[in-house]
Amino acid sequence: MAIASGGAAAPVTSKLQVSAGEIIVDNVSKSYGTGIFEKKVVKGCSFTIERNKLTVMIGPSGCGKSTLIKLLAGFEKPTTGNILLNGKPVTGPGRDRLVVFQESALFPWMTTYDNIMYGPIARGEADQKARDLAEFLLDKVGLRDFRSKYPTQLSGGMQRRAELARAMINNPEVMILDEPFRGLDAMSKELMWEYYSALFEESHRTNFFVTTDIDEALFLADRLIIMSNIPTRVRATIEVNIPRPRKLADFFTSERANEVKMTALSLLHEEAMKSFSGGSKAAADFVDSYARRSEQKA
Amino acid sequence: MAMNRITKIKRSIFSRSSLRAIIAIIVFLVLWECGSRSKEWLGHSLPWIGLVPPPSAVVLVWMDLLGDSGYWESWYLSTMRVMSGFVAAMIIGIPLGLMMAVSRTFNSITFPTFEILRPIPPLAWVPVAIIFWPTEELSIAFVTFLGAFFTVVINVLGGAKAIDMRFYQSAQAMGSSQWDIFRRVVLPATIPSIVVGSSVGMGITWNVVVAAEMISGGGGGTSGTGGGLGFFIWNSYVGGSYEQIVVGMISIGIAGYASSELLRGIGGFFTPWLKTR
Ligand SMILES: Nc1ncnc2c1ncn2[C@@H]1O[C@H](COP(=O)(O)OP(=O)(O)OP(=O)(O)O)[C@@H](O)[C@H]1O
Ligand SMILES: [Mg+2]
Repeated sequence: MAIASGGAAAPVTSKLQVSAGEIIVDNVSKSYGTGIFEKKVVKGCSFTIERNKLTVMIGPSGCGKSTLIKLLAGFEKPTTGNILLNGKPVTGPGRDRLVVFQESALFPWMTTYDNIMYGPIARGEADQKARDLAEFLLDKVGLRDFRSKYPTQLSGGMQRRAELARAMINNPEVMILDEPFRGLDAMSKELMWEYYSALFEESHRTNFFVTTDIDEALFLADRLIIMSNIPTRVRATIEVNIPRPRKLADFFTSERANEVKMTALSLLHEEAMKSFSGGSKAAADFVDSYARRSEQKA
Repeated sequence: MAMNRITKIKRSIFSRSSLRAIIAIIVFLVLWECGSRSKEWLGHSLPWIGLVPPPSAVVLVWMDLLGDSGYWESWYLSTMRVMSGFVAAMIIGIPLGLMMAVSRTFNSITFPTFEILRPIPPLAWVPVAIIFWPTEELSIAFVTFLGAFFTVVINVLGGAKAIDMRFYQSAQAMGSSQWDIFRRVVLPATIPSIVVGSSVGMGITWNVVVAAEMISGGGGGTSGTGGGLGFFIWNSYVGGSYEQIVVGMISIGIAGYASSELLRGIGGFFTPWLKTR
């Protein structure tokens, strides 16, 4: 397996391997409001979250990624188009998908361990196997010594790791994460990438990961979906093709990584510029004055 | 272990903040003593402190009362009334508040009635309570109950309604049933509001019980000093013992403080995660 985890991990590891799901998003649109108040957020969006792969979606802030996630979760319905999980239409929230929302949080009244065990207890599956898996995950995210602490006693990074473990233990067919490492400093972010990719390499279930951070996207992705600005649609899909396990140390110096990064950045830059010229006047002015200043310099 | 605990207690008694509290109380007592003894200051007569008996006189009267069973009966009666009213308010109020928060149907049926009754001051219920309940004791307990009841319900309802949507969504995403969400999300998330509601409610019950005792004449008191602390004060007033009035007032202060401390302790036991802040 990808990371060294001691002899006891083997049976637990196999438990992490569950039937993985596949989600097809087919020509989905979503608007809020009607008439002159109508706001198109997602427009004609089609992509596939492939089985056993880590698909990362990256797009400008405010483009509609979280809105797409609400649709995938089943908390909201597309205005038009279909979302299929293993060929069946998604009609509401379900146990087959586990969504860690952008604003999700640990339950403040539960210790780390109780938070992680929430799902198994909720489904009446809190047997010895589940407890073993909880121990395994506690180790994996480095929170063994913090198992009986409350969330307020954890640092921001520890809370994110605990959230990750709380989601992972549920073995969903599809795991959906919306910017789970938001608001962390660069150092803890990189640590989180390693924790998370190690967990993924352990299980290889279907993962869908949303972010605005290009390095994060690159390091984690098997497939990279680049979104356009609002109303959002798929701008490009890139097969990253960098072997696993990946190590941060030499990852970003590799030729392939740089190639993908440049392609993705130029697409993202285009989209970001669109939002300036199409949207805010102030932003457009800013870009203009910036352009003028660089002309004068030249 | 034992040593450790003793040093801990010593440390908390002699800590800076409790030292400040003790000094403040002593300064207050000295000012009061001087004020009520001299009855004037720089040639002007003091407005009301000159009429209040000095603390030394109060302490002497209090010493006498400590041996008076009637005084202790007053303590007992008021405490029992507060406790029965308060406990009843918790037992009925907490489930009611939770149900109003959880069920929209139940809320739309009960909330308007509740909101019409809520602004009525508990003391306005005294006549109705006396007519309605067979014994005076029950009437007082009922009015006390009302004092805490509305506060408890409104706090529980507010607390349960303010629970973050994220918690419901996460719970639902992890396969929680409605009942499971209620038990492990709604209930614990509401406990802090229950604790706040109950401590506010406890304060109100002490206000109410004293006033109700004054109005109703003390209920089951057997002697001049028995019949509840409110009646004790009233009786002292009628009897012209100003020292006893002050003793009664301070007794209520102590009783209220002790019950708040008790509630804080119980509340802290049920909300261990808040202690870690
Ligand atoms: N319920 C709603 N009603 C109206 N507009 C909404 C609603 N939810 C989202 N929007 C709009 O949809 C747009 C996209 O929001 P969304 O949260 O999906 O962006 P995002 O891509 O996740 O951004 P970020 O990366 O900053 O999280 C925003 O302009 C927002 O105002
Ligand atoms: Mg978002």
